Amino acid sequence: MGNYIPATENEKKEMLRAIGIDSIDTLFGQIPEEMIIKDGLKLPEGMSETQINKKMTAMAEKNQVFKSIFRGAGAYQHYIPSIVKSITAKEAFLTAYTPYQAEVSQGILQTIFEYQTMMCELTGLDDSNASVYDGATAAAEAIAMCKMRKKNKALVSATVNPGVIDTITTYCHGNGMEVVVIPEKNGETDIELMEKELDDGVACLYLQQPNYFGIIEAAEEIGQRVHAANGKLIMGVNPIAMAILKTPAECQADIAVGEGQPLGIPLGFGGPYLGFMTCKADMTRKLPGRIVGETTDLEGKQAFVLTLQAREQHIRREKASSNICSNQALCAMTAAVYLSAVGPKGLKEVANQSMSKAAYLKTRLAEIGYDTVYDKPFFNEFVTADKGKAEEIMGVLVENGILGGLPLTGEHTGQILWCCTEVNSKDEIDALIQILKEV
Amino acid sequence: MSLIFEKSIQERGLTIFEACDVPIIELPVAQSRKIDLHLPELSENDISRHYTQLEKKTHGVNDGFYPLGSCTMKYNPRINEEIAGLSGFTNIHPLQPETTVQGCLEVLKTAENCLCEITGMDAVSLQPAAGAHGEFAGLMLIKAYHENRGDLKRTKIIVPDSAHGTNPASATMAGFEVISITSLADGCVDLEKLKAVVGEDTAGLMLTNPNTVGLFDKNILEITKIVHQAGGLNYYDGANLNAIMGIVRPGDMGFDVIHVNLHKTFSTPHGGGGPGSGPVGCKSQLAAFLPGLMVTGEEFFAFFKPEKTIGNMKNFYGNFLVVVKALTYMLTLGKSGIPEASRHAVLNANYMMAKLADCYDMAYEEHCMHEFVMSLSQLKKETGISAMDIAKGLLDNDIHPPTMYFPLIVEEALMVEPTETESKEVLDHAISILKRLFTQSHENAEALHQAPIKTAVRRLDELNAARNPKLRYLF
Amino acid sequence: MTILNDRLYAKSHEWIKFEDDGTAAIGISDFAQHAMGGIVFVELPEIGDLLEIGKGFAEVESVKSVADIYAPVGGMVREINEELLDSPELINKDPYGMWLVKLEAITEKGELLEAAVYEQVIETEEH
Repeated sequence: MGNYIPATENEKKEMLRAIGIDSIDTLFGQIPEEMIIKDGLKLPEGMSETQINKKMTAMAEKNQVFKSIFRGAGAYQHYIPSIVKSITAKEAFLTAYTPYQAEVSQGILQTIFEYQTMMCELTGLDDSNASVYDGATAAAEAIAMCKMRKKNKALVSATVNPGVIDTITTYCHGNGMEVVVIPEKNGETDIELMEKELDDGVACLYLQQPNYFGIIEAAEEIGQRVHAANGKLIMGVNPIAMAILKTPAECQADIAVGEGQPLGIPLGFGGPYLGFMTCKADMTRKLPGRIVGETTDLEGKQAFVLTLQAREQHIRREKASSNICSNQALCAMTAAVYLSAVGPKGLKEVANQSMSKAAYLKTRLAEIGYDTVYDKPFFNEFVTADKGKAEEIMGVLVENGILGGLPLTGEHTGQILWCCTEVNSKDEIDALIQILKEV
Repeated sequence: MSLIFEKSIQERGLTIFEACDVPIIELPVAQSRKIDLHLPELSENDISRHYTQLEKKTHGVNDGFYPLGSCTMKYNPRINEEIAGLSGFTNIHPLQPETTVQGCLEVLKTAENCLCEITGMDAVSLQPAAGAHGEFAGLMLIKAYHENRGDLKRTKIIVPDSAHGTNPASATMAGFEVISITSLADGCVDLEKLKAVVGEDTAGLMLTNPNTVGLFDKNILEITKIVHQAGGLNYYDGANLNAIMGIVRPGDMGFDVIHVNLHKTFSTPHGGGGPGSGPVGCKSQLAAFLPGLMVTGEEFFAFFKPEKTIGNMKNFYGNFLVVVKALTYMLTLGKSGIPEASRHAVLNANYMMAKLADCYDMAYEEHCMHEFVMSLSQLKKETGISAMDIAKGLLDNDIHPPTMYFPLIVEEALMVEPTETESKEVLDHAISILKRLFTQSHENAEALHQAPIKTAVRRLDELNAARNPKLRYLF
Repeated sequence: MTILNDRLYAKSHEWIKFEDDGTAAIGISDFAQHAMGGIVFVELPEIGDLLEIGKGFAEVESVKSVADIYAPVGGMVREINEELLDSPELINKDPYGMWLVKLEAITEKGELLEAAVYEQVIETEEH
């Protein structure tokens, strides 16, 4: 059996003697006898390191790692520079807790402060928190920030990632906000139908940019209308696109959130990812979770500390608007290192290449009869018809080590959501087309 | 030290990406970004040194003793990291066909099974991303359970005043009204008070056992029965599970819903505040409400959505790579190793407590479980030295302080949780330092008020930080 | 610890000063600001809000605490002290000059204490 207990039998005896007892069992004397597990856990006996290594590696090998991925829908394969992995593996960063003791946590606090700055830069907004669990929870938390006594309705566009809408709905069932999904029209938010929902009770509208179908929404116009009804505009954005796309600040958004996974975080079968949140200064105190601020120590030296803590659950208890304690500090650092490694030009390069390759794929698919469903400006995702053979082509692609686009469901059955990033080369795309041609 | 932005030199940078091999498309001007984007421009060496310097200003479990009560800062085994870094886990898209992710599903299923067995629950969803997230999910389960029965008057959650702050906050997030009841001096539930508040409006009780004072509540079966008889459900906050793994199960204490912290009990690293993982578990009558997707099957694994699910807590299936680490740990320890970890966690705590009892006042004299609480109120009266001062004194000795000022029911509290992975000599060293600080409190209190002096920075001006928030670097 | 005689107090450490025109100003006592330490943020109600006796109507935050301010009387908010929104620390400097809200249409009054009685309340709390 494996374990990580250093105590030897002799030491154990010495310690028991110091406590004044003969057996560890005495220490569990407070537990009523009838509750104690009699025959031990029904689990296999433990393993040595070599055994567990083999067992877990065998599980990993049952998964198929695709050589080409043309699927996004909320999780994106981007190249992760080596420096990112080496820094996030540093043991102090990996093993520290939330930086409550600021004097011995300046490293982590500074990385979060730098991360906050970068998120403000990406989105153009004033302030950022230290991150939340993922893009979906960031969206749900942003909506809760907008709740006011007389404003209890959250509008969510149907063009938002369904997993995000689902999460928003769960949170709102908890906090009592009403969720109204604004239908889509040709892959975009239906502005006319939205207008009909804009009454005094509307706290906010949540818009994804680019939206689930990859399309760039008319965010500014939507924002103007929501603001005219005294609601807030929340934009859920792809952080890579921020290098080239009009920012939430330029669209007059009040809050920006998003899935930070594209910033150097591996696909990892869905997590851990990174939810980023930024907002205009007048909403900063409503941000959930940790926030790092700059201050000085008693000698006047520059220093960083968790601040505005009176917003948080450990102080406010039942009056806190969010219960979040942990952020995704290590993932936030990952994003910061990624952005430092690629720099402003590199990020723009990633964005432009992702968009250009998606455009190339779209053209090539159209050539072989996979018609584009929406003829709208898009970033790195788009929807085509599946020619009635989604299942068949996906099967063939899997055999060839290619993860094709995502077959959509519900009202979009018969359509495929494709994605490209900078890692998809022209050769890969051409190979994909060649295979599809033969199906 | 300089911020990364201050080290940036225009035109500097890494060569990472190859040239684009398809025709380059640009966004229409109307849709493109017009404002500047300030990101650092650095060489790889610059970046590496920047973060290496920052690492030196960070105290992790690897740097030294970290007895932070209620946080279970045990050693994070390196094999867990290696396994979670395998390409067969990291490079898997969450929306791959089920046939191509059988290994991931096996991880999830095996972890679900292990956690059910350890907690005594019938089903576990791995979707919640942290302890607080699992708590929120658990309360939503309780809400859904009552709503599904058409019992809409159950709007109140009872929370003892000794509870973690997240408990009442989670209850509020789930739309419940919080009824706070005062605890007995030992942090245990006051049965008479509990009986007085339960009723037709009781949705449930939230409790951690061992409690936040480090004691196992002997009346636990009576407590959970009182709540059940009133028609409520019992919620177990798994923060203190490290005391009782493999010895007694929350499911056998009368709890219906539970969350566990994989980053505390199951050795996954805290990452400076995340990512964690906070699976939510429940008894069979609540299983249909669980969040996210669950896994079924023994040879071939498949996802299924619980019939009356409360919905998604987040996107996808939780913090999967964290689950991989926790599973590696659970399988490594196995049937005997899991209870052995708890036994030694309790031994270590009692050893420290016994050795310190001649200096420091303990909040409670009985044997503790995996952590104990000292009250420094007498010391403060006598010397002016507070829990905060002792904590800061520890920093100068490369020891991370215990949790300060919690639980709220103990004045000048220091909550010490050594964990099972610390050796006797580490404990002995910490004991001698704590004793020295005690003596110093009486002999040279002023020096302790000044602590820490050896750290990267001294005590901070938190008032200024909150009054004049500076939350980002301005270019 | 200063206690002024020109106004009344609630046990929960708010002061209230009635004016001749039937309005009243409410703030927090010197004892309260001292107990909280450096105040960093104040949340005030909106003009026109109706206050109920004993219900929280404002919040005052220090670095590591947050306090509800309870209404000592019922009435309607006529004015809020906007200066505090930008400079909450003024409460620490001048607790009796810094009213939080002014009320009109005062309906009922809770248990209000004279300065001397309030002083006794504080003394028992300190021990």
